[in-house]
Amino acid sequence: MTEILLPADGVGELQLLLPTLARCTRAGRAVVVVAPPYMPYAPGWEARGVVMSHVDIVSADPRDALWAAEQCLRSGSCAAVLAWPAQADDRALRRLQVAADTGKALAFVFRDRRHAAHASPAALRLELETQPSLQVRVRKCRGGNAPSRPVPLSASWS
Amino acid sequence: MLWACVLLPHLALDGVLRRRPSTDAPLVLVSGSAQARTLFAVNTPARAAGLYRGQRLTAAQALLSQFEAVEYDPAATEHWHRLLAAWAYRYSSDVVLFPHAIVLEVSKSLGLFGPWPRFESQLREDLTALGFRHRIALAPGAQAAYVLAGIHDGLAVMTPDALQRALAPIALRYARLPDGAGTSLPAMGIRTLGQLLRLPRDGLQRRFGAPLLVYLDRLTGAGPELMEAYRPPDTFDLRMEWTHEIEHVEALMFPLRRLIGDLATYLAGRDGGVQRFVLELEHRSTAPTRVVVGLLAAEREAALLFECARGRLERQQLPQPVVAMRLLARELPPFVPAGRDLFDTRPTNAMPLDQLRERLRARLGEQSIHRLRSTIDPRPEYAQTTADNTRLPEVTETLPRPTWLLDRPIPLHGPSPIILAGPERLETGWWDGGDLRRDYYVVRTSQGQCAWVFCAPGEPGRWMLHGWFA
Repeated sequence: MTEILLPADGVGELQLLLPTLARCTRAGRAVVVVAPPYMPYAPGWEARGVVMSHVDIVSADPRDALWAAEQCLRSGSCAAVLAWPAQADDRALRRLQVAADTGKALAFVFRDRRHAAHASPAALRLELETQPSLQVRVRKCRGGNAPSRPVPLSASWS
Repeated sequence: MLWACVLLPHLALDGVLRRRPSTDAPLVLVSGSAQARTLFAVNTPARAAGLYRGQRLTAAQALLSQFEAVEYDPAATEHWHRLLAAWAYRYSSDVVLFPHAIVLEVSKSLGLFGPWPRFESQLREDLTALGFRHRIALAPGAQAAYVLAGIHDGLAVMTPDALQRALAPIALRYARLPDGAGTSLPAMGIRTLGQLLRLPRDGLQRRFGAPLLVYLDRLTGAGPELMEAYRPPDTFDLRMEWTHEIEHVEALMFPLRRLIGDLATYLAGRDGGVQRFVLELEHRSTAPTRVVVGLLAAEREAALLFECARGRLERQQLPQPVVAMRLLARELPPFVPAGRDLFDTRPTNAMPLDQLRERLRARLGEQSIHRLRSTIDPRPEYAQTTADNTRLPEVTETLPRPTWLLDRPIPLHGPSPIILAGPERLETGWWDGGDLRRDYYVVRTSQGQCAWVFCAPGEPGRWMLHGWFA
């Protein structure tokens, strides 16, 4: 499970994932987007190589979204699951982590940056920063040392 | 030709018993007029208590104080007969209904299901799972198989010579002879089929008429067998009724599992699937509650269908206790099994994607899961659709397009953003009233977000936010 911490929506968080999602969907494997904050825009995703016919979008209220994400991860038939657990506690995240391990699926969890101070069961924690420029800081990296310096990212719109 | 006969000696009773949890309570089926009620069938505990078929109901009540009496329903028995024929249709395309029996032609099926001992055990396994007691015999003729199944369970006769030997010692009253010949012949000293077959034919014809000779020819395989082959119906309709009232949805699960199991049996025999079926919960006084179960694709696996139906049923409020349940499936599209990779790398206990999607839909609602595809419409609001049936040419977008789209544009507040790209004019939609005229820009906000914004031509600065380049 990868946890991605954001200062605000739309700073380039999907840019990190879209190459992975494109690879999964091109191989014919399913990607599930559970309760996204906005509607995914198909032309934009397709321009980055994602095959939209393998992307399932699930709409659910926050409580059911966690359940749905866990079901998808546990099923073993999804390559990747994207979720936005707004008020998920440590236990809920741990459940997702265990489900992702069981189903051998990639879990991407997007949360607000203020959760950075709390501990998290995620295997990889990334924090996106926009100041001074767009960059990724690795907060936690299971099985390795997190690089001390942030990794710069290029602009996401082109 | 080789015919297998599945004789169902307790068809009516098994049809009633399989709908109930197994108990040791005595149970009988009752038939006849109100003045002369007689037992039509009795289960094992009732027989142990001394009840037997054909006994008067009053005599049975004198013998045993507590037993359950169920009205014998010929229509229901006929229904079970047809259901089993649908089951047998899975194994052979030539299925014939005999009284209390099903005969199927198996010589062509042996290549797939055979050899016969394995095929036979497969049939027995299925029938036991369905809850029907049975006797099975195999013979070169349908009529001969029917007679042999009544004599000896598990007998398999492959050749005409062996058939002659197997038929010879059979007593005439078990030979199912037409027109009462089976009762008058023993009085003449003819007791077995072997003796009857040795008699001169012209004499038999004079005394008993042509039907007996035609029957004997069919039995030995000397004459043609004309039979009406079973054809499976195009809809599935099964009703289950119980004497007590069920108030809780949980208690409906046992009958539901049986109904779905029967549906799956039927579908497998027909090599079809079901995409939509209706559960009708009947109440004592109000109109029945209808629960529609819709699936994303045609399915026929019992476990999957049951889980979908249970998900829908569990959310159902019962206005009144339920006294009967009916399962109706009218649309039975062809079933296309999902292709699987031989070198599948997924975990062994993986749930198929379709089953996962059905499970999500069952809990979150019918419209909760969808896929998007882009259209050729340049307007952002219409540039994607959730519809499945629109087939559109692949277009590759060269202009920057965001990955998130807001449901409706909102004004962009805060300090004025930095323009990264634009303008891109979208001016179209005159044909359907959705006319728009906008200049789109890619901007960076003060928080560092990449936004897709637009403004009306000639009014720069009044930004409307429409998407994020996330």
